Amino acid sequence: MFGKLTLEAIPYHEPIIMGAMGFIVLGGLALVAAITYFRKWGYLWHEWLTSVDHKRLGVMYIIVAMVMLLRGFSDAIMMRTQQAIATGGAEGYLPPHHYDQIFTAHGVIMIFFMAMPFMIGLMNIVVPLQIGARDVAFPFLNSLSFWLFFAGVVLVNLSLGVGEFAKTGWLAYPPLSGIKFSPGVGVDYYIWSLQISGIGTLLTGVNFFITILKMRAPGMSLMKMPIFTWTALITNILIMAAFPILTATLGLLTLDRYLGMHFFTNDLGGNMMMYVNLIWAWGHPEVYILVLPAFGIFSEVTATFSSKRLFGYTSMVYATAAIGFLSFIVWLHHFFTMGAGGNVNAFFGIATMVISIPTGVKIFNWLFTMYQGRVRFTTPILWTLGFLVTFTIGGMTGVLLAVPGADFVLHNSLFLIAHFHNVIIGGVVFGYIAGFVYWFPKAFGFTLNERIGKYSFWCWLVGFYLAFMPLYVLGFMGMTRRLNHYDNPEWQAYLIVAAIGAVVIAFGIFFQLLQIVVSIRQRDKNRDVTGDPWGGRTLEWSTSSPPPFYNFAHTPVIKERDAFWDMKENKDAYSKPKGFQKIHMPKNTAAGLIISAFSLVMGFALIWHIWWLAIVGLAGGLVAVLARMFNEDIDYYVPAEEVERIESEHLKNMANQA
Amino acid sequence: MRKSSYPDFFKKLALLAGTAALLSGCDSAILDPKGPIGVEQRNLIVIAVLLMLIVVIPAIVMTVLFAWKYRASNKDATYSPNWSHSNKIEAVVWGIPCVIILVLATITWKTSHSLDPFKALEGYDEEPLTIEVVALDWKWLFIYPEQQIATVNEVAFPANVPIEFQVTSDTVMNSFFIPHLGSQIYAMAGMQTEVNLLASEPGDYPGISAQYSGSGFSGMKFNARALDSREQFQAWVNQVQQSPKQLNQSAYDKLAKPSEDAPVEYYSTVIPNLFTSIIHKYMGGAMQAGSGHEGMQHHGAEE
Repeated sequence: MFGKLTLEAIPYHEPIIMGAMGFIVLGGLALVAAITYFRKWGYLWHEWLTSVDHKRLGVMYIIVAMVMLLRGFSDAIMMRTQQAIATGGAEGYLPPHHYDQIFTAHGVIMIFFMAMPFMIGLMNIVVPLQIGARDVAFPFLNSLSFWLFFAGVVLVNLSLGVGEFAKTGWLAYPPLSGIKFSPGVGVDYYIWSLQISGIGTLLTGVNFFITILKMRAPGMSLMKMPIFTWTALITNILIMAAFPILTATLGLLTLDRYLGMHFFTNDLGGNMMMYVNLIWAWGHPEVYILVLPAFGIFSEVTATFSSKRLFGYTSMVYATAAIGFLSFIVWLHHFFTMGAGGNVNAFFGIATMVISIPTGVKIFNWLFTMYQGRVRFTTPILWTLGFLVTFTIGGMTGVLLAVPGADFVLHNSLFLIAHFHNVIIGGVVFGYIAGFVYWFPKAFGFTLNERIGKYSFWCWLVGFYLAFMPLYVLGFMGMTRRLNHYDNPEWQAYLIVAAIGAVVIAFGIFFQLLQIVVSIRQRDKNRDVTGDPWGGRTLEWSTSSPPPFYNFAHTPVIKERDAFWDMKENKDAYSKPKGFQKIHMPKNTAAGLIISAFSLVMGFALIWHIWWLAIVGLAGGLVAVLARMFNEDIDYYVPAEEVERIESEHLKNMANQA
Repeated sequence: MRKSSYPDFFKKLALLAGTAALLSGCDSAILDPKGPIGVEQRNLIVIAVLLMLIVVIPAIVMTVLFAWKYRASNKDATYSPNWSHSNKIEAVVWGIPCVIILVLATITWKTSHSLDPFKALEGYDEEPLTIEVVALDWKWLFIYPEQQIATVNEVAFPANVPIEFQVTSDTVMNSFFIPHLGSQIYAMAGMQTEVNLLASEPGDYPGISAQYSGSGFSGMKFNARALDSREQFQAWVNQVQQSPKQLNQSAYDKLAKPSEDAPVEYYSTVIPNLFTSIIHKYMGGAMQAGSGHEGMQHHGAEE
């Protein structure tokens, strides 16, 4: 009846896990109680959960990303404390079967359920506004994408309290992830949480690709697009090309595990290196899917806060496109040590280091954007400066790893760990936080507290260097990754410094949360009445903060690259339009949520081999999809009077402020 | 008071010097290698880093400099809000990285071939010694085909003699790695890889698996002993041959079962062609089909 699922699946005997579960359950109950007490269920359902508004979905993506940041970071702190103490015969406090789940969960959560939704959230909030659109091309699909992603989040967190998570490392190389070496449900949680959320991501890729190509405001030719939209376009092309590979690879692994096939396992001629090739054919573009939008954010932030045009726009566009293309022909550098031979290794090594050329150009273009500008040291620019210094170092160690001869001794060492955290924290995370602070007033109508934001930045920056510079040294000392304990006493001092660094980062995260809380309390003081708190250059700053649900009462007409800057220069940024027209908008729908709920049921049932329930989930999902397809009541018109009322109010507020 | 402050002072000094030494890599396996492969790789790392610093240092200096000089409060600095293009600057920021990468790519092409783990070491009079390596859960089995002996978690060889490690796995993937000597190579079931190494100084060097392989992974270590001379090596072989243990099929089946923190073991005899049969048992239909997958040698596919 319940497949492999029994009460034994709950790890009662693990105090750490039960503590964490208790915390999550109590937190969840408190949240439910609060919503009930303040009678907010209706509001939540009508305004948020069933919303197809890209801005609301963006906010929800980022909230989930931040919660997952806390989860992934708890894993990080546990790993760092374990390695700081587990030396010279000491086993530490995390036995391998728990520790191995932690480093796997850390990688999976940080990439798939923290970085990806953070990026997609920012893209959701910003891209339609930057191109002067009223929403994305397929608003319902956007909602479905979010809820499929959320189903993945639920699955990955369920694994904490029901069963176990994979003990394979974040890419689940077979044969270790095959049924013979991983008979438990951990790898199945991994597969289904990534499959379900991965389909959501793929749909997002299609959606934003079409949105950017087809829904730009009149006059906005490709070479007049804001640079963040450009990076989003390339990222979505990469998503469309790379995520099907992930789906297919995990599908084959599923056949191995569920139907006893041997694509990747040792027996009957299966070849595990096929999996390793395929997963990195997705995995390497994935890195650029994450970092390109961060590059876009830095471009916007540098230009805005230098009050100057972005230097070398054309170069930036070509550099982005070049990186996007090259990202698909470098995957083998993740396993030079497979022994492919000199020619193959040299090709992939050189292809990899070629990427550093367009990336270097970008760095210099940001520098020359500041050159002869008026740089305002707000938090977003601090994150950008921190990025420029940190990412340059990370880029250098990356090119070093791209030299096969050097990689033969540095592969899988803590040097590698230091490198990719160097570029992911220093590039991706710094970028997203810069974007978060930069666009927060656009989404919520008030700016974030600058002072606490700066505390957060300095903690992150100092913490990062403390946590990861020792790891570079340890790599040179021959320490490999994923060690549960070790017996070289000389390593311990470095690992203690690294653990202290992680604690400093914890303060950085604490200040970020404090910043949000304090800023909400001070919101009346920091209102953004004009919609343009930073002296912005692109279209998103031309509408109110937060924008009306239809974004723009009139579709703007674009003449120049920095469209809004141009409007301000020509004094026609805030002119009151002569008349208003009705606006065609999509209706909210619960269909995305319902389809995803069924897919969650199906995923859970497949993990536990509860076949009847899997059929229920699949059938329910299909019926829900059909029901949505035949529903024709999906849109409505906002009357012109309503638009006029909203717009007049905004202009009145602005006039009062002035 | 005075007396005690001196040792304290020296202790601090020594600690400082020690930290500096550590940072400069005196104690580091990769930066202070004990074999020619490792030395070449260390030099490669140093050269690559120096080359890249040509761009990295200016980039970091310019970040600080530009941000400070063009801070908004500095009204003396030039402000050109619409200046956004310069062919000269573009030529430099594309050109210089291109030149550096061209140099680095040349080095990469050469070293990818000269440091190819499969390549036999050149310039040594001594005949290479072949050692077969099998990754098991969670220990390393070493088979000496010429000496017909086998060991677990300890591998010995004479210093200054080229060693040809033939590597496979009878379980999940691992990576065979002696950091002090240089290059690692994956150990994969059904496939044979190879790494050629040499120790130029006698000594005991830690050996590890550099690829996570399951719960006993952290304890999957071995001792690589580079002995003074051929004679010492022969003496060690004799010692192994004295062992009462023999690696027959049942002993191997027992050994292949998962075990953690396995002790060093010596086997005075070993099943003939054990290494090859371990590889072949995973090849399924590929062998009968005679599809040219002999040994599934990964190497040379492109040559």
